[in-house]
Amino acid sequence: MNVSPLGIAAATLPSPIPAQRCPVSSGQLLTACRLAWEQGGQLVALWASDDRDRDRGFCLRVLLRDSDGLTLLEHTLPDEGARYPDLSLIFPVANRMQRAAFDLVGVQCDAEDQRPWTWQAAWPIDCFPLRRDFEPSPKWEAGEEDYAFVKVAGDGVHEIPVGPVHAGIIEPGHFRFQVVGEKVLRLEQRLGYVHKGIEKRFETLNIEDGYRLAGRVSGDSTVAYAWAYAQALESISSLDVPARASWLRALCLERERIANHLGDLGYLGNDGGFAFGLAQFSRLKEQVLRLNRDVFGHRLLMDMVIPGGVAHDIEAAAVAAMRRQCFELRHEVRILRDIYDEHAGLQDRFRSCGQVSPELATKLALTGLAGRASGIAHDLRCDFFCPPYDTLGVRKAAQSDGDVAARVAVRFDEVLESLRLIETLAEAMPESEIIVPLPEVPTYAVGLGYVEGWRGPVLIALESGPGASIRRCHPHDPSWLNWPVLEHAVIGNIVPDFPLINKSFNLSYSGHDL
Amino acid sequence: MWYVLKQIAKTGIKTERLPEPAAEMVVAARLHEDILRTLGRALTIRQVDAGSCNGCELEIHALGNPYYNIEGAGIKFVASPRHADMLLVTGPVSKHMAIALRRTYDATPDPKLVVAVGDCGCTGGIFGESYATLGGVGSVIPVDVAVPGCPPSPTALLQGILAAISTAAPRSEPSLSSSAQPLPETPIERTHRIPLETPRDGTI
Repeated sequence: MNVSPLGIAAATLPSPIPAQRCPVSSGQLLTACRLAWEQGGQLVALWASDDRDRDRGFCLRVLLRDSDGLTLLEHTLPDEGARYPDLSLIFPVANRMQRAAFDLVGVQCDAEDQRPWTWQAAWPIDCFPLRRDFEPSPKWEAGEEDYAFVKVAGDGVHEIPVGPVHAGIIEPGHFRFQVVGEKVLRLEQRLGYVHKGIEKRFETLNIEDGYRLAGRVSGDSTVAYAWAYAQALESISSLDVPARASWLRALCLERERIANHLGDLGYLGNDGGFAFGLAQFSRLKEQVLRLNRDVFGHRLLMDMVIPGGVAHDIEAAAVAAMRRQCFELRHEVRILRDIYDEHAGLQDRFRSCGQVSPELATKLALTGLAGRASGIAHDLRCDFFCPPYDTLGVRKAAQSDGDVAARVAVRFDEVLESLRLIETLAEAMPESEIIVPLPEVPTYAVGLGYVEGWRGPVLIALESGPGASIRRCHPHDPSWLNWPVLEHAVIGNIVPDFPLINKSFNLSYSGHDL
Repeated sequence: MWYVLKQIAKTGIKTERLPEPAAEMVVAARLHEDILRTLGRALTIRQVDAGSCNGCELEIHALGNPYYNIEGAGIKFVASPRHADMLLVTGPVSKHMAIALRRTYDATPDPKLVVAVGDCGCTGGIFGESYATLGGVGSVIPVDVAVPGCPPSPTALLQGILAAISTAAPRSEPSLSSSAQPLPETPIERTHRIPLETPRDGTI
């Protein structure tokens, strides 16, 4: 994004993809966001930091994305009384991020909606955990808040509260449905139940060790998070990782994508009343996880990606086993895809269910695989060339119907493409070392990591402190952008279709609640 | 339909040719015997995510796949704590989930078992205790068995579930021979906390 017409100075920001960093005034923040929106840009993340110890007040950071790369707008709020403009008027998806930024750092926004988002009465509402002078007290006990859900009134309208403990093996969150008969008039989500203080925990870790915590922000995307963390740290330290290490990272990332997509395809079949699908796809997923364990020593590939490279090398026999598995999986997945496509009952459940039009998807910044099912053809592996994806020619999945069927189709396409990528990676694995030592990390440096995980782009924004400490680390899951869309996707559908629609997005609670 | 049946038939053969079925099948087989001996009927589990990163949930899901086939062993995940014999709880327990976890425990009928899952469920793991977390599951409800691991493998989970029902006292006398058992005269209550991974003897 070219910010010079706005009179904004830009500096290069350490990042694996082109990125710039711009200090902005309150007015420039608004005009820059408006310009980005008009030019087809989107909001990626919004978070705040306490910089009062460096006499800089609070810093509000707004990260935008367009076809040129990333733009980080940094707005200084001199004290806790200062307010910044409501960006949700331009990017509706900013609403929850602004509320969370207040709950954690205490920076105030000029928005109408001042309800808490992350806060749920576990600490006093006037204490802010991410402030540097925050002192938790053992006297604080878990409490219950009275959250102001939006009410819907009228003849025959009633409410169905669901959660936080759900009926399946799912993460906790609360859903408030307003329905007439079977039909959903409105859904409101209340998240934050698995808030476990991840960002504060980062600040107690050595910067070289943070990858382990990053890999546990959302366990299903552990490779994507660990890689994004490594990218951020390597960007700050100006370190290039050996070719073989980035090849192995991509191998792990694609295996993570395949495992999650296969699991989802099984559960989507099951939620459509086709238990055969779950049995088949969960069998295939287990085969992937078992080979992960045999080759990398961990079924979910946790702690494989580490700053500077990867933890383990793999042998020729393991490469051969992976190629063999790709061959077998492709065959099986094609058979199952035909069965899914030809199954009238299943297609009846999938088609036009939980529809998100491309217009709505654009307005609400839908991202990742759900975005690609609604005509938002973004994929970091194709849009920006980071090794080793610059040599692979990734084929982007693209659907535009925006219903459950489209999200199923994107998963099928991506599984098959990832199988091809693994085969290509395995064929041309370069010979080199797999890890290099990290150079000294500069103090007070900000860097980004940005990786296309299976669910969507995973962001890590990292700021170093003195003595290789972490001053601030903000992990940002694509679920932040996609949760609000789910509220819209379910409108007009029947309540029993909600599990199917929810599963077709399969969003992270842990990655969002932090 | 023909393709579905064909795929089922084909899959059956493949499953039997898996590289490491033996150890896992032994776990499942012992499990079945133990359930019959100690419970005399199927075990029902209510899973509660009290703050996990969702890694443990992935492996708990895997218990249902055709390799581990937990339902084939007579163990079933149920949708309500009121239908459950056992709570399978992942952690760390976030403060925001503490009340919901306590209520879930209270809603589960006695006698009940609690299995804490994963390093975080056992001790709080990498997240530890903080303004937002209370650490392990044992800090909120009594725990019978702790299954460490990040995340624990499905086999370890099965072993943990087995350990819990092996150390639990029977609800009544072994009931295989007779279907009619007198109810205990006094309601069974568990007010003491059981040390982690210590076999329990005697009655509850």
